[in-house]
Amino acid sequence: MSDQVDHSRRRLLTAATVGTGAIGVAFAAVPFLASWQPSARAKALGAPVAVDASKLEAGQMLKVVWRGQAVFVVRRIKAVVDQLGGHNALLSDPNSDDSLQPDYIKASGPARARNPEYWVGLAVCTHLGCSPLGAFEPNNSYQVAGADLGANWPGGFYCPCHGSKYDLSGRVFKGQPAPTNLTVPPYAISAELRIVIGVSDAPKPA
Amino acid sequence: MALAPESAGPAKGLIGWIDARFPLTKLWKEQVSEYYAPKNFNFWYYFGVLSLVVLAIQLVTGIFLTMNYKPSSAEAFSSIEYIMRDVEWGWLIRYMHSTGASAFFIVIYLHMFRALLYGSHRKPRELLWIFGCLIFLLLMAEAFMGYVLPWGNMSYWGAQVIVSIFSSVPIVGQSLVDWIRGDYYIADATLNRFFALHVAALPLALIFLVIAHLMALHEVGSNNPDGIEIKKHKDAKGHPLDGIPFHPYYTVKDTVGIAAFLLVFCAVIFFAPTFGGLFLEEPNFAPADPLQTPPHIAPVWYFTPYYAMLRAVPSFAGTQIWGVLVLGAAVVILFFLPWLDRSPVNSIRYRGPIYKVMLAIFVASFITLGVCGLKPPSGIYPMLARICTVLYFGFFLLMPWYTKYESVKPVPERVTGHA
Repeated sequence: MSDQVDHSRRRLLTAATVGTGAIGVAFAAVPFLASWQPSARAKALGAPVAVDASKLEAGQMLKVVWRGQAVFVVRRIKAVVDQLGGHNALLSDPNSDDSLQPDYIKASGPARARNPEYWVGLAVCTHLGCSPLGAFEPNNSYQVAGADLGANWPGGFYCPCHGSKYDLSGRVFKGQPAPTNLTVPPYAISAELRIVIGVSDAPKPA
Repeated sequence: MALAPESAGPAKGLIGWIDARFPLTKLWKEQVSEYYAPKNFNFWYYFGVLSLVVLAIQLVTGIFLTMNYKPSSAEAFSSIEYIMRDVEWGWLIRYMHSTGASAFFIVIYLHMFRALLYGSHRKPRELLWIFGCLIFLLLMAEAFMGYVLPWGNMSYWGAQVIVSIFSSVPIVGQSLVDWIRGDYYIADATLNRFFALHVAALPLALIFLVIAHLMALHEVGSNNPDGIEIKKHKDAKGHPLDGIPFHPYYTVKDTVGIAAFLLVFCAVIFFAPTFGGLFLEEPNFAPADPLQTPPHIAPVWYFTPYYAMLRAVPSFAGTQIWGVLVLGAAVVILFFLPWLDRSPVNSIRYRGPIYKVMLAIFVASFITLGVCGLKPPSGIYPMLARICTVLYFGFFLLMPWYTKYESVKPVPERVTGHA
């Protein structure tokens, strides 16, 4: 053995050992990071929910829980449905191009609904996830959660957290904190107004 | 409690036995009895030691709260009610902890303001300042997760709003939010992991950073209200002429400050624990309701300046990430303060009028933002918040110019006052 130390060989071996160890640490970190993913139980609990909307009067709203999130079911006043297409210029995404909804909802135009009288959508503001409030009466300057919605309010939803305003199809107005329209979940609605949230196919008669 | 007289040789007895095996006397001398601090500390220098006191209060009361708290969505709210009503002295321990959270931010904000007054962030204390900013950042995470644990309705919706901030990250946003929550909504899994982070991971990291903060401080030495270096003038023994040993001089002085602080602290605990809804918000006395956002949602007061900035920025180009970026930048910009400040002097005593005016505008806009964050986002508040956000960033971003070119007063060689 020579008493000369080969420093470059030592550095190479040290670097190789540290490098291999670092790869091992990276692999060992995966189970810990992955343990934060929704668990198998959380995934299994996303079953569809059925609602009976036949008892709703015009201008009334139901909230149901689907996958832990509140879902609006609103029976809109006919006059409001008819004027939904009239204020597209005020909206930031009138055709819902950037928003989340099933294709059949996007295809339904300004109503964003399978049955224009009944609007179904997640009660989750697309800004930071608060639950918007219903403020359905149009052209009526009144107070919601301490905020004045103005005399030209066409009726819709108002998020109390950061003041985002949506129309009655959940379409967001321009200049609001919320970037996109309220999300519409997949749902089916039968002739008897039985709404099943979470599936797109009409429920089989029970 | 002098462990060993300065002139004596190696200690005898138990201390000597320990010293042969552990640097007890050495540490005591280096960090306390022979740590020379400037002799001209004023009122503003209480807030460092006070934040250590509040940290100790939070650690002790927090440990005792975990003994009765249940971190599950079904039991969390009622376990807090149980602590408040049925556990012997539970109300006191919980109010100490909840008041301690607000007290922590009061002393930390004043501690940081002290740095802006006397230039404590400047060379050679940049790393000390960065450790401090990291502590501030971790403290915000710690306070946020702690606020979720009682599982009141404001806890729930606060968690919803703050976690949703991450959904604005392009492409991976939604998966990131699901990963943080561990479910498709703020759920039991979310509460459970926030509990783990709040009581174990973040306190450990905080304690580590506080030690690093103190080590950096004792390496470079404390700044002082004159913002001058006391190590430039030393006596024959090598001790700074304008310095006095931390013990007994400042240990005694700090004890008086701690006593005064605890008087106020106890008064709040006993007579105004909710502090008119600022320390504990009314909606949080109702259990979490995933169907009903409180009509007016606002974070606890210490987050409202940043919350107002988040709210002040409208979304455009189909994303709301801009408000989130402004919120993040408002905190991150603090880290760069030592390099933004180009003044030839450290202390406000010798700076020109421009810095004084800018600092006053900064403080006023920070407080105004805090008020805006508490109010509903309507009327004059959104515009006021926008103006103050601009002023907040203006203080930092214009600093390289207004500090460099303004006229300053001559700086004395030795500290002034307290002769």
